[in-house]
Amino acid sequence: MTQTSDLAFDRIAGVRKTPLEEFYASGHRTCQGCESALVMRQFAKASGPRTVVTGSTGCMYVANTSYMTTPWVVPWMHTQLGAAGPSAIGMAAGLRALMRKGRIAQERINVISFCGDLGGGDMGLSGISGALQSPYDLLIILYDNESAANTDIQATGLTTYGAQTTFTPPGKVHRVMQRRWKKNVAGMLAVGHPTCRYVATACSAYPPLDFLNKVRKALAVGGPTFIHTFDPCPKGWDYHPSYSHELGELGIKCGIFPLYEIVDGRVSYTYDPKKKGRIPVREYLEKQGRFAHLIDEDVAYIQRRVDAMWEEWEIPGVAPLKGGLRPA
Amino acid sequence: MTLAEKTIAYEREELLTGCQAVAQAVRLADVDVIAAYPIRPYTEVMDNLSRIIADGQLDAEYIVADSEHSQFEIVKHASSVGARAFAGSSGTGWMYGFEALVVTATDRLPVLFLVGNRALDDPGAFGVEHNDALAIRDMGWLLCWATTAQEALEHVLIGYRVAEDPRVRMPMALALDGAFLTHSQHMVRVPAAETVRRFLPPFDLGDRRLHPDNPISIAPQVNEDWVMELRRQNWEAARRARRVIEQAYREFNELFGERYGTPFFDEYMTDDAEVVLVGLGTVAMPARTAVRRLREHGHRVGYVNLRWFRPFPGPELRASLARFRAVGVIDRDFAHGSPDDGGVLLHEVRSCLYPLPERPQVLNFLTGLGGRDISIDDVTSMYEQTLAAGRGRALEPAVRWIGVREEAARGVPEERRP
Ligand SMILES: Cc1ncc(C[n+]2csc(CCOP(=O)(O)OP(=O)(O)O)c2C)c(N)n1
Ligand code: SF4
Ligand SMILES: [Mg+2]
Repeated sequence: MTQTSDLAFDRIAGVRKTPLEEFYASGHRTCQGCESALVMRQFAKASGPRTVVTGSTGCMYVANTSYMTTPWVVPWMHTQLGAAGPSAIGMAAGLRALMRKGRIAQERINVISFCGDLGGGDMGLSGISGALQSPYDLLIILYDNESAANTDIQATGLTTYGAQTTFTPPGKVHRVMQRRWKKNVAGMLAVGHPTCRYVATACSAYPPLDFLNKVRKALAVGGPTFIHTFDPCPKGWDYHPSYSHELGELGIKCGIFPLYEIVDGRVSYTYDPKKKGRIPVREYLEKQGRFAHLIDEDVAYIQRRVDAMWEEWEIPGVAPLKGGLRPA
Repeated sequence: MTLAEKTIAYEREELLTGCQAVAQAVRLADVDVIAAYPIRPYTEVMDNLSRIIADGQLDAEYIVADSEHSQFEIVKHASSVGARAFAGSSGTGWMYGFEALVVTATDRLPVLFLVGNRALDDPGAFGVEHNDALAIRDMGWLLCWATTAQEALEHVLIGYRVAEDPRVRMPMALALDGAFLTHSQHMVRVPAAETVRRFLPPFDLGDRRLHPDNPISIAPQVNEDWVMELRRQNWEAARRARRVIEQAYREFNELFGERYGTPFFDEYMTDDAEVVLVGLGTVAMPARTAVRRLREHGHRVGYVNLRWFRPFPGPELRASLARFRAVGVIDRDFAHGSPDDGGVLLHEVRSCLYPLPERPQVLNFLTGLGGRDISIDDVTSMYEQTLAAGRGRALEPAVRWIGVREEAARGVPEERRP
């Protein structure tokens, strides 16, 4: 089995070495400063022309692909809200059968399927789990803008605690309506699928090139793979679009969204707060209108949970088990 | 010399259940991708296919899915890259994947599904009822019932042939009555692979296939700018399907011997009939027996076995049924609250007959629900009631329940409730 360190893949070594060709081009109608659109652009760039893509319903469908103005240079197909996993299986299985039976040329075709936090993190979880148990080379990208953005910003299982959404408005009696703690999707999938060789989290804004290279690495490792991206969304998070990259960076640096990759069971931190430190979560929260109603107590609660994730979890950011093994 | 004489049409004859016959057909169709998920009674087809694949008799990707929704999405997307794909389900499982069934039709992907008809939950029942398959009747699917294992096998081949035709490109549901056909054994002649290949060429999705050499976008957001024109295209495909179906049966008959008279439905002893019953699926068995017995007593009755429900053979069935004084429509399904509270088939047949200047009397029999047996006596009673209606007697009510325990249907009486 290939070791993490000596895994050979076509790494993009510097910003100037980034391919110029775009496979997700103009034509989409996403908001200014939409980081999820950047996720699309970057994975398509990293994967290149020999790729087929399916995308679940969500902003990256509805705002992305109007008939006659598709931004997709590579072949793309819509799939249902909860069908990222099975759509990838179907394409990969179909291509494999046709190649084996000599009906299409034998070659490496990257199969990539994306979904939002509601489509993938809630509804489609079972299907993604099925895909990660499958024998096919495929990559599932969960782009996480922390709401059902397309339907006008409703809370999902991945929305940050306390955030205002159209389903979780602060009221006169209940200040915090989103009381769910963010689901730990990447960790859950990595821990739950021992034969899946590559799971990562990423942010298209920070650090530069990181997401591009994680896509390249996932495709090189092969088998079913998964990447969860952290995508500031000006409309849903309520901030000026020019701050999208900055917010992404703050989210990583305050440790609320852990950045790591797991290759063959080995975790490595892309941004390691133990070495680089963490800024207070307040610096990240206070720049977003969706948290404007929170009081000190709420911010302190969020900070405590983030602290616990980094200081008490057995595998920080990945597995919320504490205290190591104890005799029964 | 006919085509059939030049080829060996059938390679062997063996005892097969409906599900086993379908599995043999899937092997012969050289299907590329199969997705499975368990639910009775359709499951047996997957039990058989997994063995066929394990033994190397079919080269296909075989996937056990995490749910029906995933199962159906898998074959839909396999089809989108140009693979011939097969899946199936029953009852509540079919409904669980309904969203995927709808988009498979709107994406015009010609996968083939086996529906082992089963009552919908709640309460639990394994037996046949047709509401599961009928739920897709308006969604742009081809939908057809087989009554024997031989027909089941042959309609997988005919089904792919019609579904994949570029003039059609609609998904195909082949319905088999749960237990009565899925699990009953018949002697089946298994076609020779070589002859099947002549009838059913490899699937070619042409310029609609998703592949890096053909970088198209499928199903982008269109809104009111385009949806109506796309619905119109689906509508036209369903209309064109009728002629494609006829052509497929003609060629099937040439290669495999005169198997089928009319494609859409077949008639039993209708030539001089005064009244007929019309039904879907295995109710044809007791119905044909009842016809023979009634004719021994001089009653001029016949049976019309409707095979294709979508596309519905409107003009053909209208012309046929116009010959009779009364038509009894058998529904192994329900359409609660519909006009006259009849079944789904009633409404289709009545609307089909409406343009006639002189229409036969139409009665409706709701029966056999949840897998309850429809006996020869039951069908005989339906014939007697239809004969009476044909002679202008006992016309009301139009909708009648056959085989229901009226007493039990009233529920627990007030005084015996806790
Ligand atoms: C089965 C189903 N239920 C509901 C919807 C309505 N819907 C469309 S997009 C969407 C939100 C998806 O949220 P997410 O997956 O997070 O993607 P985003 O819109 O945030 O990009 C919903 C609920 C749907 N299309 N399909
Ligand atoms: S709402 Fe958010 S995710 Fe949707 S297009 Fe706008 S910025 Fe992007
Ligand atoms: Mg979202």
